[in-house]
Amino acid sequence: MARIELKGIRKSFDATEVLGGVDLTIENGEFLSLVGPSGCGKSTLLRVIAGLEPQSAGEVTIDGSVVDGIRPSARNLAMVFQSYALYPHLSAFDNMAVPLRMRRLSTIERLPLLGTILPSRRREERTIRADIEKIAAQLEISHLLQRKPAQLSGGQRQRVAVGRAMVRQPVAFLFDEPLSNLDAKLRVHMRAELAELHRSLRSTFIYVTHDQAEAMTMSSRLAVMIAGELVQVGRPAEIYDNPRDARVAEFVGSPKINMMPGRIRDDGRIEVFGHVLRLTSSQPSGNCRIGIRPERIELGGGPFSGAVVHVENMGAEAFVHLGLNGADARLVARVNDVRRLPDIGSHLSFNFAADAVRAFNSAGKRIDVTAEQAERIRERAIV
Amino acid sequence: MSDNAATIGGLAVPISIPKRAAQRRNPLLLTPYGLVAPALTLMLMMLLGPLAGVIALSFTDYQLGAPSLSWIGLANYHEMFGDRVFWTALRNTLVYVGIVVPGAVSAGLAIALLIQSGTSLRSLYRTIYFLPVMATLIAMAVVWEFMLHPQFGLVNGVLREFGIAGPSWLQDRSTALYALCAIGIWQAAGFNMVLFLAGLVSIPKQLYEAAEIDGASSAWARFRLVTWPLLRPVTTFVVVISGIRSFQVFDTVHVLTKGGPSKSTEVLIHSMYTEGFEFFRSGYGAALTVVFLGFILLLTLIKSRLADRGAQYA
Repeated sequence: MARIELKGIRKSFDATEVLGGVDLTIENGEFLSLVGPSGCGKSTLLRVIAGLEPQSAGEVTIDGSVVDGIRPSARNLAMVFQSYALYPHLSAFDNMAVPLRMRRLSTIERLPLLGTILPSRRREERTIRADIEKIAAQLEISHLLQRKPAQLSGGQRQRVAVGRAMVRQPVAFLFDEPLSNLDAKLRVHMRAELAELHRSLRSTFIYVTHDQAEAMTMSSRLAVMIAGELVQVGRPAEIYDNPRDARVAEFVGSPKINMMPGRIRDDGRIEVFGHVLRLTSSQPSGNCRIGIRPERIELGGGPFSGAVVHVENMGAEAFVHLGLNGADARLVARVNDVRRLPDIGSHLSFNFAADAVRAFNSAGKRIDVTAEQAERIRERAIV
Repeated sequence: MSDNAATIGGLAVPISIPKRAAQRRNPLLLTPYGLVAPALTLMLMMLLGPLAGVIALSFTDYQLGAPSLSWIGLANYHEMFGDRVFWTALRNTLVYVGIVVPGAVSAGLAIALLIQSGTSLRSLYRTIYFLPVMATLIAMAVVWEFMLHPQFGLVNGVLREFGIAGPSWLQDRSTALYALCAIGIWQAAGFNMVLFLAGLVSIPKQLYEAAEIDGASSAWARFRLVTWPLLRPVTTFVVVISGIRSFQVFDTVHVLTKGGPSKSTEVLIHSMYTEGFEFFRSGYGAALTVVFLGFILLLTLIKSRLADRGAQYA
């Protein structure tokens, strides 16, 4: 278990800067997800932590000691790769034994023929076997230990890879998109298993994924990375509900948050599609963007209207896509009652509560807005 | 006329129906054979025919250009197994294979690993090391003859600088075969390197990273854990190909030593050549060829056995 600190991590490949100064502290026993779109540098950051990639600037600290320039093998971190990276010529057992043999056996003891006859090697092998069998039982792969990776399914390989990481009790686990090679159903299942594993191990997990659903469901904290920068770090619910950046708001949540063009009027009020909201902002007047989550849009009644262009029925819920009059923007609204879905082509009016509005300025930064009623009361008080 | 014909036709029809049906069935049965026939004929003529011819010839006393030949059974083989030159040639060939195969395989692997781990000029090095394969060995043998010359050769010149009197490599009974082995390794290493490079490229990079994280911190540990086992199929192939090619060693022997001095570099193919094309004893030459082919067959069988075992890794 370890506390990992990153200070001003920069990484560039030739002229391209992949990481532009990342500061992040991963607390002991925390499940932190590094999440972001493809190419945002999250995998590079993980590889910097692992030591597989040297950073161009900044330092990595594990439990208070700086590990820059220390080999990956000496950092005592375990990593689970996207492709699992199991040794194809070794059985599941031997795959899991590799990290233990590398650490517990000397070079002479590891020799193929001479090593096996040494009594010290035999002693070590017994403890290694016991350790692996314990972990295998925990991961329910005891019956697969003699198989080669080629004879295992994707999910089983995944478990062996996790087992290989677990056997040597590392200070932290690094996961590099470990579920993206699995089919959708198995992925959801493994999601729960990994979260449970984290709860039982209470070890530090750093988990890289581009799948926001994975990150939201498993982690205790989320670090959203976009274009080599950490844009927001926080608990999943906080990131979802209170995004500090339009890119974060758009990345987290499925379907995507509805972004509509708006305007801050001279009197500070916010206007959307010609309708003035009962919200004011202290920001200078100008264009802004209004984000509203699909579940916060109330269909049937309200000042706004649109035509139904598409309906996605997921069974338990449905998403209604609305084309807005006089705008090319589309809006997605969640409907909880799938038995009463609008017809395609029909016109619907809709509304949203003032507290559902997340406003962003033209640079994408979050603008704080206040509900108008409170404002009026204050006005009266001043008068 | 037409009426008659019609009648005849009308009569003939019921009789000919079973016949036609039989004819119809026959072509259907024969069609596949007909379609295979051209390829089969060519294969028999071009590939299996000569082999059968050589085997048949080895049981005769045929001499090139002779008007007749007679069947002499195993006489050629009797003579061969009683001939000291044959045993010398066989021993020399096996020594040559025994030195060149491990030498060329490990040199090829070492060069491939060095090129793979390098960052720049990879394709330049690849080309340079492949040069000996592309250049005709006969032409390169001229250079080697000069290099190994006892008086003004480069090798002895360098040795002289260190105060060592080099032997006359190709004229000395104790060194001639080993000098040829060195040339053989020099020539085959480039070819093996290309095969190993292809094998190295196909090893997933993440396996090395996993090995590094698992604690394989030394290059040797990573080689033992990842490179060597994953290269196994390639290595098997390279060993067998090198084995077959070194069994076939002829050009350097013929150009540089002609099997001498005193048969110390006599090899199977060279004996075959002298018997068959200089003494025109085609029958005896054919018997030598059969022995040679036996060894090649053995190597091929070993390869297919190992390749089958290697297949499960894929």
